[in-house]
Amino acid sequence: MLDDSDRRILRHMQAEPEMPAADLAERAGVTSSTLARRLDRMRSAGVLRGVRGVINWPALGYEVEVSLRITLDKTQGRAFDDFIEGARAVPEVIEIQTFLGQVDVRLSVIARDMPHYQQVYRDRVLTLPHITDIEALMHVARLKTDETLPL
Amino acid sequence: MIPMDDTDRALVAALAEDATQSAGALGRRLGLSQPAAWRRIARLRAAGVFRGLRLDLDREALGFGVTVFLGIKLATKGRVGLDDFERAVGAIPEVQTVEHVLGMYDYRLRVVARDISDFERVLRRRIMTLPGVGNVDANVLLTEERRPGPI
Repeated sequence: MLDDSDRRILRHMQAEPEMPAADLAERAGVTSSTLARRLDRMRSAGVLRGVRGVINWPALGYEVEVSLRITLDKTQGRAFDDFIEGARAVPEVIEIQTFLGQVDVRLSVIARDMPHYQQVYRDRVLTLPHITDIEALMHVARLKTDETLPL
Repeated sequence: MIPMDDTDRALVAALAEDATQSAGALGRRLGLSQPAAWRRIARLRAAGVFRGLRLDLDREALGFGVTVFLGIKLATKGRVGLDDFERAVGAIPEVQTVEHVLGMYDYRLRVVARDISDFERVLRRRIMTLPGVGNVDANVLLTEERRPGPI
């Protein structure tokens, strides 16, 4: 189980993932060896799954991001499985989420520009199985993106 | 937009998966010397290919059992309304991401909570009291999958 020191370590690490281990240990009020041991333990317990680089897609030429909120035909037993399997095969889909609520599935789709988006949408998204309704939200700006947990 | 060859793309994909890998280890995997890998990574970082690093944490193990996406429509518009809303929403610890979108909603928020009753507290005390907030639509996240994207 996690204790207050573990949470403190994660809280500081979350705020500044690139902080050198020595600084992190000092801020969290533990020794370097304790820090290493606790991080190892949290990694092997699966609490800390990893440190990911967050790709800045516009810098790679993908200027458009659209959030597609999709309703599926739930009378089809395999609607979710078939749809998700199909969505995984579309490289421009960067996130697949399922929900309890009005929306069944949400896809984050990126594209180089609007004509490219139009092409991905028509040829790859609308052809996915069991869709009954789609709504699109176009991203204008990200105002908060750190996804930190209030630990 | 920065020109990239296949080796650069492989480096970006590897760092998106695990940003803690050293230039030496990445170089060995991709058949590059340590300095050559280091130079490429430095060039990619300088070009802003990464927005930053993100800790991938097991939310449930840390006591956050519920993630909800909220679609928010503002009741009052205009420049002042947006600024006030954005400032206030960004300061709520349970709000992990804020996106300004175009479509049925004005903003899309990702909110974490310990459980449904904790979520209700956040919704009533923090979200519904935001300046200018109008219609709010909630979808509870069931599953989430991040895909590598067109790299």
